[in-house]
Parts: sequence; C-alpha cells; structure tokens
Amino acid sequence: MSRLIELLATEPTIVTAGVGLFSAALDAQAVPHTEVSWRPPLTADPDALARVLADPRRAGANAEAARRMLAAGAALVDVCPAGEVIGLEPGEFCHAGPPIEWERASGPLRGALTGAVLLEGLANDAEHAERQLAGRGVALAPCHERGGVGPMAGVVSPSMWVFVLRDEAHGTTSWCSLNEGLGRVLRYGAYSPEVIERLRWMAEVLGPALRTAVRATGPIDIKAIISQMVQMGDEGHNRNRAGTLMLLRDLLPVLAESGLPGSRLAEVARFIGGNDHFFLNLVMPACALQARAAAGIPGSTVVTTMTRNGTEFGLRVSGTGDTWFTGPAGVPDGLFLGSYGPADANPDIGDSAITETAGLGGFAMAGAPAIVRFVGGTVPDALRTTAEMYEITVAENPAYALPALDFRGTPTGIDVTSVLRTGLLPQINTGIAGRVAGTGQVGAGLVTPPVECFTGALAGLAAAAPD
Amino acid sequence: MTASPDVPTATLHLEVRHGGYQDSVRLMQVGQAIGGVPGVSHALVAMATVLNLELAAQMGFRPPTDVTANDLLVAIASNDEESLRQALARLELELAPPAAPAVGAAVTTVPPRTVGSAIRRTGATLAVVSTPGEHAFVEAMDAVQAGASVMVFSDNVPVWQEIRLKDTAAAQGVLVMGPDCGTAVLGGVGIGFANVVRPGPVGLVAASGTGAQQVMCLLDAAGVGISHCLGVGGRDLSTEIAGRSTLAALDALDADPATELIVLVSKPPAAEVADVVRAHAAELGTPVVVALLGSGQPDLTAAVTRVLGRIGRPVPGHWPAWLPAVPPATVPPAAGAALRGLFAGGTLADEAMLIASAALGPIRSNIPLRPEWALPRDADPLADGPLADGHWMVDFGADELTRGRPHPMIDNTLRLRRLAQEAADPAGGTVLLDVVLGHAADPDPAAVLAPAIAAAVAGGLAVVVSLTGTDNDPQDLNRQAGALRAAGAAVFRSNADAARHAVALVRAGASEGTR
Repeated sequence: MSRLIELLATEPTIVTAGVGLFSAALDAQAVPHTEVSWRPPLTADPDALARVLADPRRAGANAEAARRMLAAGAALVDVCPAGEVIGLEPGEFCHAGPPIEWERASGPLRGALTGAVLLEGLANDAEHAERQLAGRGVALAPCHERGGVGPMAGVVSPSMWVFVLRDEAHGTTSWCSLNEGLGRVLRYGAYSPEVIERLRWMAEVLGPALRTAVRATGPIDIKAIISQMVQMGDEGHNRNRAGTLMLLRDLLPVLAESGLPGSRLAEVARFIGGNDHFFLNLVMPACALQARAAAGIPGSTVVTTMTRNGTEFGLRVSGTGDTWFTGPAGVPDGLFLGSYGPADANPDIGDSAITETAGLGGFAMAGAPAIVRFVGGTVPDALRTTAEMYEITVAENPAYALPALDFRGTPTGIDVTSVLRTGLLPQINTGIAGRVAGTGQVGAGLVTPPVECFTGALAGLAAAAPD
Repeated sequence: MTASPDVPTATLHLEVRHGGYQDSVRLMQVGQAIGGVPGVSHALVAMATVLNLELAAQMGFRPPTDVTANDLLVAIASNDEESLRQALARLELELAPPAAPAVGAAVTTVPPRTVGSAIRRTGATLAVVSTPGEHAFVEAMDAVQAGASVMVFSDNVPVWQEIRLKDTAAAQGVLVMGPDCGTAVLGGVGIGFANVVRPGPVGLVAASGTGAQQVMCLLDAAGVGISHCLGVGGRDLSTEIAGRSTLAALDALDADPATELIVLVSKPPAAEVADVVRAHAAELGTPVVVALLGSGQPDLTAAVTRVLGRIGRPVPGHWPAWLPAVPPATVPPAAGAALRGLFAGGTLADEAMLIASAALGPIRSNIPLRPEWALPRDADPLADGPLADGHWMVDFGADELTRGRPHPMIDNTLRLRRLAQEAADPAGGTVLLDVVLGHAADPDPAAVLAPAIAAAVAGGLAVVVSLTGTDNDPQDLNRQAGALRAAGAAVFRSNADAARHAVALVRAGASEGTR
C-alpha cells in the first residue's frame, strides 16, 4: 500500500505501451513520459507467455539466478588429461552442443571425431575411423553433460589435456580443452597429420608444463583476468588477446623455474603467445561455472546453456533443469578467410556461446571496439548491440565493467520471456568452420539462435508453472 | 573453395608491404572488397603469418620467405591486367585511414522494449498498457513486478489473468486499474480518456470510465474539483473479481490527505460484491458516497447532488442545458413512438436505460439491464435497415463492436451510419446519444455529428445529446454544445437530464400518435 500512497502524493512518472493515443494525450498535457517500443511477442502462444509471467515463483527465482551468477568465481586449479578429470574411457568422446549421433553430425564434427579416433590410436586411417564412428563401438556425449565445455566441434578424447576450473562460491568444477590455435585445427574439423601431431605435442609437452606451472603458483583467478581483459578490448569470445597475454605473464616465471629445458619453455611460450585465442578456453569454463550456478531454480526463466553441435542449436533454462530445447543451427554471417565464402560455411557450432550465456562475447561488444566490424561496421553498432542485450537480461555484472558504457556491468542472465517479448535474439560472436570435414576454419562472424529454442523453452516453462 | 585459381592463365599479383600493422578483421574486410572487384577470382590481404602464407600457397602463389607476421601480404589472382589495376586501386582506397566519424554518433541507449525495462530506467510509478488484450497481461504483470501501478486500457483479458494481476499488485502494494479501464486522474494528470478538471477535495473510485467522467464533469460544473480518480476496470465488482481493486483504491484515497470525500461509481455490480464494498466503505475515516447504478438506485446526477450536500457546496438549480430554438415550421414535432439510444459510453447507456425503462418499460440492448431485454440474436447494430422494434439502446463501445475498430469516443463513423438508418425508420421518433469530450477523445465530434443531426431532425427525428465535458477540455464545451444545438439537438450536461428529456419527447410523441 505504501507505494500506492506515494503514487497519490507525488507527480506520477509514467511509461506507456501500446496505442499512441494515450501517449499523445499525455503530450497534450505536457506530462513527460516514456514510450515503450512495444511489439507483439515472437510467439504464436501468448497464453503460454502469460502463464509463465503469472508464475509466482518467477520473480524471486530470477533474482536468485542473477545473484548466483554474479557470485560465481572461477579459478584455474589444475591441468590434467581428460581421462583423469572426466573419467572418459577409451572409445568415449565428448562433443560440443546438444546430444547428437554420427548420422546427423555435420562435416566439422565428423572431422574432429575422426581426428580424435586417430589421436587415440583406435584406427589406422580416416576411413577406418569413420567406420568405427558410424558403428556401435563409440560413445558420444555433450561436453555440457559431463561438466565441461569445448569450442567449435568441442571434441575431447581421454588423452587430451584439459584446464580444470573451480567455483569455490558454489563448490563446482568445470573443464575445457587446451586451445590449438587457428586455421587447420581439430576443433574446426581438420584431422590431417599436422593436426594430430600438434595434439600429441600438446599432450606430451604443453599439458604437463602447464600442470607443473599451475600447481606451483596455486589457483589462478580467471575471473579477475576476465575483468581486466574486458577493459582492454577483449570480449572473451572472438577476441582474447589481452587475456592470453595476462595469463602468459602469470605463467612464465613459474614455467622458467619449473626445470623445463629452455627449448621446451620457448616452444610453450611461443605457442601460447602466438595464439590470440589461447585464453578462450579459460573464459569458456569460467562462464560455464557462472551459468551452472544459476541452474535448476524452479520457476526461473534464465538461460543456463546456449550451445551448438553444427546441426542443432541447444538451449537449457534454469527452471526446466537438464531439458534441451533445440532448433536448427543458423549459418553465421561474417567475414571469410582468403577466398572462402558463405557457401563454405558450416552451420553454427561450438560450446563457446557459453560466453554470451554469461554476458560476454556478443553481449560485451561495447568493450571490444577493435573487432566491431564483425557486427556489421561501426563502434556505435557495437555499443547498440550491448545496449540491446540489456533489454533481454536480468542483471548487470559489476565484475565485468565496460569503460565505453561508463563502466556499466555486462548484460547478464538471458530471460527467455524477454527474448520473445522484445524480439531481440541473443547476439553471438563466433568462428565459422568449413562445412566439409577436414577443412578447418573459414571465417568468423555473427549468429543468433533459432527462435524455436525459445518458443520450445517457453512451452516447457509454461508446462512447469503451477496453476 | 577451390585450392588453386580457376583460370590457369590468371594474372597473379603478390606483394609484401613492410610495417603498418592492421588487425585481421579489418584486413578480411579489405580482402572481401578486393575479391568483389570484377575479374578478380581470389584475393588475400592479410598479415604474413604462417597460416596466411599457407592460405596464399593454397591459392597458387609462391609465398615469400623473408617476411614476418608484422608484414602485410597482398595476393590477388585476376583474369587480366585491367582487373588487377582496378583491384590495386581499390586496395589503396580500402587501406586509406577512415574518415573521422561524426561527432556524437555513438549510440549507447536503445528505446525500452518492455514496460519493466522502461520502469527500471525511469523509476516510473505508473504504467499505461493499451496493447492488444492477449498481450496486455504480460506487460501489466511486468509493471506490477517492477513495483509500479498500472492502468490497463486493453480489454479481452481473461478473468484468471485479472485475478492474478490484482493479487500480485496487492502483495506489491500497487494498484491495477483495469483491464478495460479508460479513465484515471492522478494528481491533476489525466490518463486515457480524461476531462480537464480542476483540483479539489473529491476522490473517485470508478469501475466505469464514462460514469467517472460524467461525475467529474458535473462536479466541475458545480465548481468542485477532483483529488484523484482511480479506475478499477469494468469487471472489478463482478462476482469473480470481487472488488479487489475497488477495496485497494478506497483504502488509498482514505489515506490520501488531499481527499476529503470519496465517490464510488460503478455500472450495475454483483449484489454480494456491492454489499462487501458498501460495508468496507462504511468503515473508512473518509466519507464515501456510493453511486452503484441499478434499479431503484440514485442516478449519477443524484449522486453528485449528494456529494455537494456532504461537502456543503450549493447544488445548482438545474444543470446546464442548451435547448434548440423553436423548430422550423416545416418540421413536425417529434412524433415517433420509439426511443433509440446510440451510446459511446457503457455506463451512460446503463444510466439512460435505467431512467427510460422506469418510465417506458423494456429497453432492448446489446448490454441489456435484464437478460430478456437482449436484442434479437440476428440484430446487428452495424448493418443497414431497422435494428429492432420498440425502444432500444446500443453501446457502440462494447467489446464485440470495438474489436478491430476504433472506439466511438475516438471515431463516430459507426454511430453516424446508425443515425442515418434511424432517420429513415418511420417507427423511430427520438434518438438519444452521448458525446464525451476530453483528452484522447475525438478532437471535434460536433464537426461530424452536427450535420448528421441536422439531417435527422430535418427528417422528423428528435435528437437529444448528453454532453460530458468541461470548459477547459481541448474541444471547447461551449463551442461543441452550440454547434449541436444549432443542428437541432437538445443538449444536456447531465446524462440523467438528457434521458428524462428524451423520455418526455417519446411520451409526447406517443400521445400525439405516430407521424
């Protein structure tokens, strides 16, 4: 009642949504007001939207989801073979995106799986590997369902090494593969001998060196590095240059003291320093920890997973737990390497949209003016992209402050209902894989999720809402 | 992609530019632009990293060896020398520094897309929602959850949604005005269809938009002003909604120091809800005049008279009216036996039907006072030809007649068509219609109504107008009344007076026989 009494005691501050007539009537009285840029929601089922908005648990559940996301920490605590961390058995492989089987897998995912089978020594050549993958002897599981994330194809096999990150605030762990660099790499679907050879070097030299260094320094606060990198031009998805260099700065002294031969140390330092995306594979598990902190809150409409397997886009939402809501993955719109073009592009692939799920990547474009041309041109466009994402999120993350927006926190926690109401789909920055297995990266650009994921999630939330 | 140029005899151009680092995204754009030059089959403009040197090799070039990642590599395959020349010219253009951007071009805000977003940005205390009804609940709920009161103009909102909205509002300490609420006044600001009234001691709680406008305008005519008018929605006093917003609004006005007396206005309520509301009103510290329209209940004009008495203000001897000059001799006096009401305001129609039915018997309607007085099932007020026999009144603002059309307070087209039909119907005699002024209403209703009324009067009809408005309304009350009277209508500020005048004309016509 106090708010109502206050309404009567003061000049009203008014917002209007709908027909312009009422706005005009206020104008005629010289009463200032804010007009909502309202449009019909992107759903054929307004009743489902009403049921979800009517869910009495929703407001509190979303506030709790936001609180947990902002409280989540992320520290690099170890580097290990995936077999040890995830308990992957020989013949088991993780992949990006929602669940999928070999028959429906796209070129880059097939290529990466082929490479992983070769790496594990389970086949003599690519043809042999493909026969095995098409048969029944191989088990596939989404990284997300095994507690981790992987960029692009996201294929992880037992002998690959992974970063292990901890969120001490919520007592959870996540993991992610080590980044191989750009161009012809497994995660983009390439599996030529040089790709396999690089992966072997990563398992024999890079992984153990990083483990020694991390164990010597103790946990490295990845969230703190992300905080700094978003103020240095990185958005954490398509640009990770500052983050990579800051990590290298932390690791180099201990690597030098670790007893690693000088030539090996030089190889490791050159590899990390020469790959601007090295830190992506630390941003991703940090974001996964943040998103997972908000999972499983009954009534919450906050998105906890956005990911793609090259065929389908998959969404998971806090209030509907582990259920996947999928739709066909779109083809990114972007810039292409060399003479590759749109016809060479595979549909959207990778777990890296976890960065947008956590408020980085496309959501933090305002902090990455150096790569704004991916967004279609100009710095104002980048600022607008971030500004629009505030319309579909439930919180702002003060840990990730954007200087260009006067240090406003990144838009965090995508609300399914806001996406459908505003018609603003989450903006995702992404790499583009070649559609033919074995090609590798062909470009980078922008993509949005299919609306079906959100209408599907809405139906799931409506079914879970109490009467 | 093909691994080598399509044309074996292509002109290959390879150059390395030392120094002058450019970021890879910028260079990919440049490469794309060069690739678009006619006659160019492949183009690579990139820093000479190992990866890019490989790409160049795939395109059929022999990459240089004495380069570093800080050198710019340009590799162009074209069909002929002229295409290459064009491509290189384009390259210079693309690599030139960009023009300075316009000052202030940065866009750091976008318009709010949801009511909740707008409220969080502005700290708004009130949202006005007028989206299509199926989408109204979502925006209204967003407002309530963001801590603002909300006026919902939209109709066709399901009952369960109205209940959920009002229960959530109660928990949040805010008020839901509506759904189907067209009028509110908050601290002198008119929201929706609202007349320009002076500030004063009387607060209104209204389950009826035009009923509230009528009461406020009569008070204004008597020199008495308004503190606030809180709408509650046409369904609030139904059995299902049970007065949820009415009770909250009464309590709010009771606590408001500017409100010395409260008037509760409603179209006919559910009896058991009326009892609850009356009992609640009797408990308040602020006196409440209850004007719940119904058979045997006082009309709105009578309620205003009681209000004036309670606050010790003089009651006008009669409410303002503008009667036509003596009709031209060629026109017979109103002679038809039937009364036809063409209303824009539902409550004004209710009040007129209550008065007329007490005198004339059954009045058929699309919003009948009794179920058995409903219009015949096939009667369509929007169709040409006679609507029904006997006395009837149509609320042209009813949901079923406004779906997909502007409300008759904004657009009189449908009522004008009906008026022309009545002029052609020999059974008709007296037409009663309401004209409601104020913000959001038709900016000049007399401009279209006066000629139609003049034609109807010339055809033998008597026309009576109930004119709800104030001297300060944007349409100018006196100018509107003058134009309507000049057309031959009898114009009354009191809707009850207008109804009684129409009844008298019908009775006079009936006693003289049919025309």
